[in-house]
Amino acid sequence: MALARKRNVSSAKRTEQSVKTAKIDLNSKVETILQSKKHANDVFDLFEFLQSEKEKDVISAVAACSKLFCSLLERKELYMGKLPAEEEALSGGHSAAEKYRIYMRHRYHNCVEMLLEHLSHDVHSVKESALCCLMKFAAGEGQYPLEDLDWSEHYSFPRELIQALVDKLLSKTTDNSLLISRFQEFLEMEDVRYYVMSSIRENVGRVMDKNKGEVLPIYQNNVFTLLSNINMPSKESELTNYMVKQEAKHEDWKAAKLNEHKRVFERMWLGFLKYKLPNNMYKKVLVILHDSILPHMSKPTLMIDFLTAAYEVGGAISLLALNGLFVLIHQHNLDYPDFYKKLYNLLEPSIFHVKYRARFFHLANLFLSSSHLPVYLVAAFAKRLARLALTAPPTALLIVLPFIYNLIRRHPSCRVLIHKPGTEDEPLADPYVMDEEDPAQCHALESSLWEIKTLQKHYHPDVAKAAMLINTPLLEQEDDISEVLEITTYELMERDLKQTQTKNIPLEFETATQLLNKDRDVLGQNFCLD
Amino acid sequence: MGKTPKKSSLADKVRKTKTSTAIKNNPFEVKINRKKFEVLGRKTKHDVGLPGVSRSKAINKRKETLLKEHQQKNKSSKFIDRRFGEYDTNMAPEDKILQRFAMERLRVHDKKNLYNLNEEEELTHYGQSLAEMEKFNDVVNSDDESEEKGLLSAFGYDSHLGTGFAISREKQQQEEEEGSQRAKSRQELIEELIQKSKQEKRERQVQREEAQELTEKLDQEWKNIQALLVKKTPKAENAEKQEEKPKLDKYDMMVRELGFEMKAQPSEKMKTPEELAREEREKLQKLEADRLRRMMGDEVGHSAPAQVHISADDLNDGFILDKDDKKTLAYQDGKWNIGEKSEGDGDENSEEDESDEEQESETEEEDGQDDDEVEEEEEEGEGSSEEVEEDEGEEDGHSDLDSEQESEDEERKQEDKQTSAKPKTSLSKEEMKAQQDAAKAELPYTFNAPECFSDLKDLLHGHTPDNQRLIVARTQKCNHPSLAIGNKLKLQKLVGFLLEYIGELATRSPPELTVIDKLIPELYTLCQMFPEAACRSMQSILGDAGHSMEEVLEVKGHATFPALDTLVYLKVTALLFPTSDFRHPVTTPALLYIGQALTKCPVRSLQDVTSGLVLCCLAVDYVSLSKRFLPELINFLAGTLHLAVQDKTSLGYSVVSPFRPSGKHSDLLVLSDSESFKYWRKKNLPLSAAQHLDFKNDLDRDNHRLMCLSTCLDLVKRCCLLYKDLTSFPHIMQPIRSLLSRHLLAPTLPKPLQELHNEILETISSAPVSHSRLVFEKKKPIPLKLLTPKIVEVLDYGKKRGSTREEREKERLKHKYKKEFKGALREIRKDSRFLAREKLNEILSRDAERKKKVKELFGSLATQEGEWKALKRKKRK
Repeated sequence: MALARKRNVSSAKRTEQSVKTAKIDLNSKVETILQSKKHANDVFDLFEFLQSEKEKDVISAVAACSKLFCSLLERKELYMGKLPAEEEALSGGHSAAEKYRIYMRHRYHNCVEMLLEHLSHDVHSVKESALCCLMKFAAGEGQYPLEDLDWSEHYSFPRELIQALVDKLLSKTTDNSLLISRFQEFLEMEDVRYYVMSSIRENVGRVMDKNKGEVLPIYQNNVFTLLSNINMPSKESELTNYMVKQEAKHEDWKAAKLNEHKRVFERMWLGFLKYKLPNNMYKKVLVILHDSILPHMSKPTLMIDFLTAAYEVGGAISLLALNGLFVLIHQHNLDYPDFYKKLYNLLEPSIFHVKYRARFFHLANLFLSSSHLPVYLVAAFAKRLARLALTAPPTALLIVLPFIYNLIRRHPSCRVLIHKPGTEDEPLADPYVMDEEDPAQCHALESSLWEIKTLQKHYHPDVAKAAMLINTPLLEQEDDISEVLEITTYELMERDLKQTQTKNIPLEFETATQLLNKDRDVLGQNFCLD
Repeated sequence: MGKTPKKSSLADKVRKTKTSTAIKNNPFEVKINRKKFEVLGRKTKHDVGLPGVSRSKAINKRKETLLKEHQQKNKSSKFIDRRFGEYDTNMAPEDKILQRFAMERLRVHDKKNLYNLNEEEELTHYGQSLAEMEKFNDVVNSDDESEEKGLLSAFGYDSHLGTGFAISREKQQQEEEEGSQRAKSRQELIEELIQKSKQEKRERQVQREEAQELTEKLDQEWKNIQALLVKKTPKAENAEKQEEKPKLDKYDMMVRELGFEMKAQPSEKMKTPEELAREEREKLQKLEADRLRRMMGDEVGHSAPAQVHISADDLNDGFILDKDDKKTLAYQDGKWNIGEKSEGDGDENSEEDESDEEQESETEEEDGQDDDEVEEEEEEGEGSSEEVEEDEGEEDGHSDLDSEQESEDEERKQEDKQTSAKPKTSLSKEEMKAQQDAAKAELPYTFNAPECFSDLKDLLHGHTPDNQRLIVARTQKCNHPSLAIGNKLKLQKLVGFLLEYIGELATRSPPELTVIDKLIPELYTLCQMFPEAACRSMQSILGDAGHSMEEVLEVKGHATFPALDTLVYLKVTALLFPTSDFRHPVTTPALLYIGQALTKCPVRSLQDVTSGLVLCCLAVDYVSLSKRFLPELINFLAGTLHLAVQDKTSLGYSVVSPFRPSGKHSDLLVLSDSESFKYWRKKNLPLSAAQHLDFKNDLDRDNHRLMCLSTCLDLVKRCCLLYKDLTSFPHIMQPIRSLLSRHLLAPTLPKPLQELHNEILETISSAPVSHSRLVFEKKKPIPLKLLTPKIVEVLDYGKKRGSTREEREKERLKHKYKKEFKGALREIRKDSRFLAREKLNEILSRDAERKKKVKELFGSLATQEGEWKALKRKKRK
């Protein structure tokens, strides 16, 4: 036992040592390769490590490779220009130095390929180091371009490398969200972002076309994660952080222009949204649409197709699409026919239970704040909300009741809903038609808000008090519903729990003798102890 | 000083005698107040004044009062001569002396000596006759005080001789004679006296000692003889003695009895049953009215005083624990100290301390009382609990006795037998076991209040539910707040621990609900004693539950149904606190919690359905009195019914939050075999079904489904009855109505459920559909401001003379005050003038005296000088 343990310990030590020695080995190898061209073949030893099973070896090998090739790039010891095939180069009439450079360039390409393979490795740390290494190469290539190009036409940027990287990142099979969030730090650089965006667009178009527009959840999720990680600058002056500095005509470089950025960004998003999305993806997109997508588009109105499609979906997605639509209507002069009718039809019992309740009521409050709306519309909204309130939880009721009161305050002619004296004293059935889709036809104005009268008997004291307000003329001052929008049930509970009461607490006066009482309790009549 | 006032007084006297006639006629004294015109019928008081007279009067008055005061100013002590007529200026000195003497004679010469013809008068000292004192001097028994008194009296006799007015004439003469002798030295006389008295004292002491010795001697001799006497006449002696004694005793006793006898106190009248019933009804009515007021949410400053729970054996005098002197069983570290007796004879060692008397008194009790019986008695009510305790005490006392009746030798023998003979041991083992069980089942009477939750758990661990209840009850009694200061805090803690314990019981598997059931009454009593503590503990429990649910919701968007312990807590809340209050610090959050659980917890299994239905039952319980509207309840019930609908297409209603119109878990209540309802009979679901369920086959499952459905329908019916007065009742019930009338048709249901089904539909359809329109409440119109001036008729012009009585009175008082004020002012002015004059006089007189003295001095000096010069001249000559 003890022996075994010792052995274990020693083996662990050994592996540690081996890792250390391997590291030292690799470092010394890199040194030797860099020192003299004689040892060029040692590169293969590095590659061996790079393809080993042990992740630690791989990581150290990646570090060594990055050191080696970065310094080679710096020394310009990699072949520039169009690369001849290896055999051809060896046989061809090149000088020894030339041959060496061609050889090294080939190794460099091998290395990049291997690293790209590693991007889909199982272990995250390997992925990460590979990603960092590749980005270092990209920076190196940008600074010391390998392609011999005409400086006036093209700007030096390792576009191919970035494209390959993006292709790997947007995997169809694995969820790369962790790696992508690591990648975000590189997206801070303006040129990288620019080229990444265009590569994404290309990639998405290619992949989705190949797949004939079918839904690819993992792939689309990866794309969305990458897209949502892109932080666009809002001003031209903020474009300062570049990976590659262009010596000449920096000003004319596309990556240095905000408009170009915006255009690429827009095309990327449109390209992504063009295809069918999974349902939850719609929600995710719509949630960030209004504040991180629309403002950075050069022509936000292009989003109208997507938004209207989403608005037609119904349910929570429609609710979310409202926000984007509102921005378009409000800031970009979009004319949306039957907007209010659709909004009216969005009012379903479920709106009180969905997560986006606060957002919806905030927007609805905005839409209905116009004083130029027709009375019948406002009355229809008020009546429908009141009817729906019969199924709402108290937190929602605390929003809805002030909301209805605000509607009535803004449109005094709606006061008949809560106060219609003198007409007929005889009772009448509710003329409101709940199922009518057109707010103009639903007879809301002929009805009264009896539902609020019902809610005066609600179990929660705050709701009951709020409902009591219709007994007297409403005050002029509008209620601020933004305070209650985010209220939770626990906060409501705390109102009573946290109250420091000095008064004595009322107690039940009927003596309790047992847990379940067959005569008095409903629970006792339907359930028994065992 | 003495002279002047006398003179003036004399002058006054003279004048006074003369004034009436002489002065009035003296035209120089009289001042006539001339009138302008005569008014007929007016009485004239002040037509003639005597200014001189009145002035001198005033001056005299001032001299007697103000001047005296002035002279006494800044002097702290004052000499008052209380002799008769000392300050009477009217009396001649001879008269005074005569009068005083007469008075003295009178005082001495009271009725007692009315017939005393003897001229001789007694000399007294402090009102006591000196002669008598002297007579008693010898007899007075040796008290130091009296001796001193005697001495003093003797001394007083002599020392007062000179001063005395209590002296007879003869003595006076004697005194005069002595006076010549005394001239030599008073001091000597006194010393002599003291010596004499000391000598006397010593003599008396000696005398007394001698007498004492003599009596002692006599006593001893008597004792010697007594024996002989007793033999001779014991009866007579005894009779005498006895006669004497009882007589005295009887009388004494009578007197004492009379003295100490309690005055008859009025006791409270016995109440007739009707009165009692009426009182009870009134109390309940008051409580109900209070509850209704709270339900309406009226804000009234103070609610009714906290109702104090009175147990049946409460004597209304605070709590008094009946103090048994016998050693009671007690818990130590969660074990009763009786438990160690398992090896030897089970029953003998624990209570050796018990006194024999007690055991004797208890021998008539039967052996081996049944434990169940005890508990039954306990169940009957608090009133009998003490008896039960006593019974139990007797029981163990008795067993003690049994064991003690056997001698120790026998015990040993028994032990030997146990070890030697096997069959017997087994028998005795059984006995032992029985005894052990009995001992175990019997509970100690005092418990220490648990300090922490684990203490309580240890305390209650391993007892039957009834005993657990007994333990809690006894703990509560032993630590009643009136017994010690810290007890209140302990019991308040106990409330929290008990609640925690209940939660723990409910989380065990299987849940021990019967124990909880038994503990409820104790919890209720404790809650009545400490509402704040109970409220705080419950609030923290509910707050934790709500908080954890909120956290889960934030992360996942939905939560799981509350566990059984939370359900039990919610039920206990309803038992302890009024659920109908408009706002209550405990029940309002509890109801909110129920509502949230009913909307946020997706129903995924039959277990969830059961939990949800328990919550619904609780919700109905909570609102059954106040008839408050709980939308979540209706939603959940509709959703539950929806689970039972087979064909989920073309719904005429919408289901909300926790339910989905269709999906994975939307067929939970659909019967797997449509025929299975034929074998179904209604019975109550167990509460534990909310915790876990296991079914043997599909039939079981279907049974459970039908049970859920029946509960659900029952709840729907109750809701219909509760809410049928609400204005929107048809809209509230619309989903349920369309469900029942279109999708869940009666024929597919078992018989009892069909009836329910029909009832519900009838109630819904019978509710009024039409309502009158909403209008604001009518306000009381605000009265217009009245701007017309107020007109008051003025009937009498000029000076108003007392329109009303009060006014007249006021006028009069005002006038009087003015007059008095003026008079007082005048008086003060006169006083100060007078004082100034007096002061001036004083100064003048002082100056004059000084001048006179100086003159005298100068005169004497001049004569001296003159003499000296004359002498000089003479010498020169």
